[in-house]
Amino acid sequence: MNDITATNAPEAARKGHGSLLVQDARTKARNAAETRFRRLGLVAVSVGMLALVGLLGSILSNGLSSFKQTYIEVEVFLDPAKLDKTGTGDLAQIAKVSTFGYAPLIQAAMLTAAQEAGVDTSALKPKALGAMVSKEAPATLRNYVLKNPDKIGETVAFSLLANGRIDGYFKGRVTMDSAALDRNVSPEQLVIADELKAAGVLDTKFNWAFFTAPDASDTRPEAAGLGVAILGSIYMMLIVLCLSLPLGVAASIYLEEFAPKNRFTDLIEVNISNLAAVPSIVFGILGLAIFINLVGLPQSAPIVGGLVLTLMTLPTIIIATRAALKSVPPSIRDAALGVGASKMQSIFHHVLPLAMPGILTGAIIGLAQALGETAPLLLIGMVAFVREYPAGPPDGFFDPAAALPVQVYNWTQRGDPAFVERASGAIIVLLVFLILMNIAAILLRRKFERRW
Amino acid sequence: MTTSSLFLIVLGLGVLGFVLGRKRALAASLATGQKLHSLPTYYGQTVALYTVVPALLCLMTWLFVQPVLIETRISAMVPDSAIPEGGAKSLVMADLRRIAGGLEALKEAGDLSEDDLLALRADQNDIRKQLADVGVAIGSDVQPSVFEASKAFRAAEITGRFWMGIVTLALAGLCFVTTLLRIRPEVRARNTSEAFVLSLLIGASLVAILTTVGILGSLLFETLNFFKMYPAKDFFFSTVWNPQFRGGSDLGILPLLWGTLYVSVLALVVAVPIGLMIAIYLAEYASKPLRSVAKPAIEVLAGIPTIVYGLFALITVGPFLRDYIASPLGLGTSSSSVLTAGLVMGIMLIPFVSSLSDDIINAVPQSLRDGSYGLGATRSETIKQVILPAALPGVVGAVLLAASRAIGETMIVVMGAGAAAKLGLNPFEAMTTVTVKIVSQLTGDTEFASPETLVAFALGLTLFVFTLGLNIIALHVVRKYREQYE
Repeated sequence: MNDITATNAPEAARKGHGSLLVQDARTKARNAAETRFRRLGLVAVSVGMLALVGLLGSILSNGLSSFKQTYIEVEVFLDPAKLDKTGTGDLAQIAKVSTFGYAPLIQAAMLTAAQEAGVDTSALKPKALGAMVSKEAPATLRNYVLKNPDKIGETVAFSLLANGRIDGYFKGRVTMDSAALDRNVSPEQLVIADELKAAGVLDTKFNWAFFTAPDASDTRPEAAGLGVAILGSIYMMLIVLCLSLPLGVAASIYLEEFAPKNRFTDLIEVNISNLAAVPSIVFGILGLAIFINLVGLPQSAPIVGGLVLTLMTLPTIIIATRAALKSVPPSIRDAALGVGASKMQSIFHHVLPLAMPGILTGAIIGLAQALGETAPLLLIGMVAFVREYPAGPPDGFFDPAAALPVQVYNWTQRGDPAFVERASGAIIVLLVFLILMNIAAILLRRKFERRW
Repeated sequence: MTTSSLFLIVLGLGVLGFVLGRKRALAASLATGQKLHSLPTYYGQTVALYTVVPALLCLMTWLFVQPVLIETRISAMVPDSAIPEGGAKSLVMADLRRIAGGLEALKEAGDLSEDDLLALRADQNDIRKQLADVGVAIGSDVQPSVFEASKAFRAAEITGRFWMGIVTLALAGLCFVTTLLRIRPEVRARNTSEAFVLSLLIGASLVAILTTVGILGSLLFETLNFFKMYPAKDFFFSTVWNPQFRGGSDLGILPLLWGTLYVSVLALVVAVPIGLMIAIYLAEYASKPLRSVAKPAIEVLAGIPTIVYGLFALITVGPFLRDYIASPLGLGTSSSSVLTAGLVMGIMLIPFVSSLSDDIINAVPQSLRDGSYGLGATRSETIKQVILPAALPGVVGAVLLAASRAIGETMIVVMGAGAAAKLGLNPFEAMTTVTVKIVSQLTGDTEFASPETLVAFALGLTLFVFTLGLNIIALHVVRKYREQYE
């Protein structure tokens, strides 16, 4: 003890060890900093959650309407004077009538439908009335007639697609103001559409065609569907599953169970971890240069997409499989070896079955990644406009097809705003597939996961 | 014979081999009274493996090699005079392939026999019309030399296919018979089949190396081709990007690199603080219920495909920024902008950064925290002054990994950043990136002889080198940090 401490002691006691109930300035500042920091963290978490909500909200609000579609219920008189001029019922002659020949029939049918519903259409020219039906409708009619030539001369009830703008009007995309500026639709048409809807001629129904129909051209967004894209994606996923699962599992078994620790093994491991980080577009370049240019596989074919995506998902599957194999305790291996199994037997008969749930979970997650991948597919020609369904597997693997995510990109590049709705709808379909796959992975893990 | 039926035949032969091999082993053991060395199934397995695998490998190699060989042989047959002014050989070759396909279709339609086909002459028959009848459209009239080449092409394909079937089946049959005949009770079938399986496993793990070789090979090869046509100096140091279809393009990478860096830096500015704070909050502060909601939600964000983010940028973020910020301030009128792409990419990277930082923060030993609390530090002081400095190398690694992701990201910038190659500072302006230009130069009809197409490979190589470098550094940093605490 010396004088200095003695004289300072009361001061220090007052400053540092004052009341526990009253905080001094420094403690207050520290506590305030603590609260600030905590709030900052909370803000960050809410920003993250908000981003998720905003993302999904924007997609849902734009896309849900694509699952509904406006149809026009009309009875069309299949005029023999126009469709079968020779009157012989010869299919080759009927096939000569192009879709232009069918447009007047629809126009006439619209006129009768309007009259029967008691709607005054005098504000519109007959042509404008006919234009309320989709440009796809004559093709629908023609296909029907070519399939049932005996129906010529009869009056058949059809449910035809309404024009994209009329459909957009009922979905709130087109308004009277925007129609006044739009040369594809007029406010008069919209007024009549309202009246026809009240009379029950126009009807908004669930849009099954969205899932089954092929893509449609720029001017008829109402007819565009995801059929070819869904089929193409399924084909690619089949290829990815059939190739990447066996390859990935085989490679992981070797690396995890057999590989000696040497330069060569290190090289493989470094390669796998690097491939996991290579940008996906580089795999697209690989596909274009090797599979299409060098080997001569066809462009836009699911086989090329499947191969590229296989190479891309391989690292994911290998990493998941190795983790699953590692989690099987060594006692299982030792026990198998102890009763006389060979190393290969102990792995294929005991370790692999026990690791299977983990492997499958990893495979499903890898597939989900592959399903959403877009960039490499752009380079191998999957953006092409494909209206033909690919044939059944395995020949269909070599036919041109689209893919779900690429179809989304494709639609966003078109001019008509109705395609934005379609693109968002396609995203919803894609997300539903992804959610289903992830739920399957979670269920699998829950049901079969073992803690050792 | 089609490839798929060949495949099925080989597989069927394998199944047969399995059954016969097993039976033969059992019969041999009965006849000699000698015990089998291995279980009977292993004898079957050996036969099946030896039958199927070499034959399928042969089939695969054939499928890869045949087109390459035929292509080089036939393209030597096409004289330079057949190549139209300003066109490229690859276009002629594409036509040639289409003609060959059309001839096949003609034959299938039943109009012509094989002899009629061989007798067809481009200068006497109207080939173009005949092909059009079977649905094969050719852009211009067929030149005699090209037509002869395409006939040779078709003939080579048919012979190739024929021999492929013969060789594959012969190989399968040969292996089938020899392995079957070699079965005796004392043969160590299990060891043989296990050694075979092991070699298959090694083969599977070689795919990773082959992929890397394929990527590097194709990038390097085409990049070298590109630099033969276009000076490397201009590519790396020119500030103008202006591709022209008719030659004379300026293909400087600098504006693209600038756009890439600008977008990536913006994305990191968004993602790193938010992602880091989320990781800290969830690891150190959050109550159990909040964590059980927030953690999966952030993980969902990580599982969303990038095309969804791209659409979000295109239809929501872009127009919002334009209408509420850029236009009123007079900064720009474009809905695709660097800021749009940067913001959305930042959102995409949040879960990436947060899950990596989460691992790293959890790896900091509890004793450091306890020591800090024991000295009277508050939680935030502990985090800021103890945990973060200790975790810094790991966090830096995470940021580098995120940066490499940002540089290689494609769909968000394709849909959000625009296509104008510019060296500007205004974040509300559209700029473009390396990945966008790779997509735009390689989609559509690509012709592999022009610098405008080949530049994509040089861009791809640049991208590959950048991301690989960042990754190697990042992994090195992270690994070093892990060792510190283990």
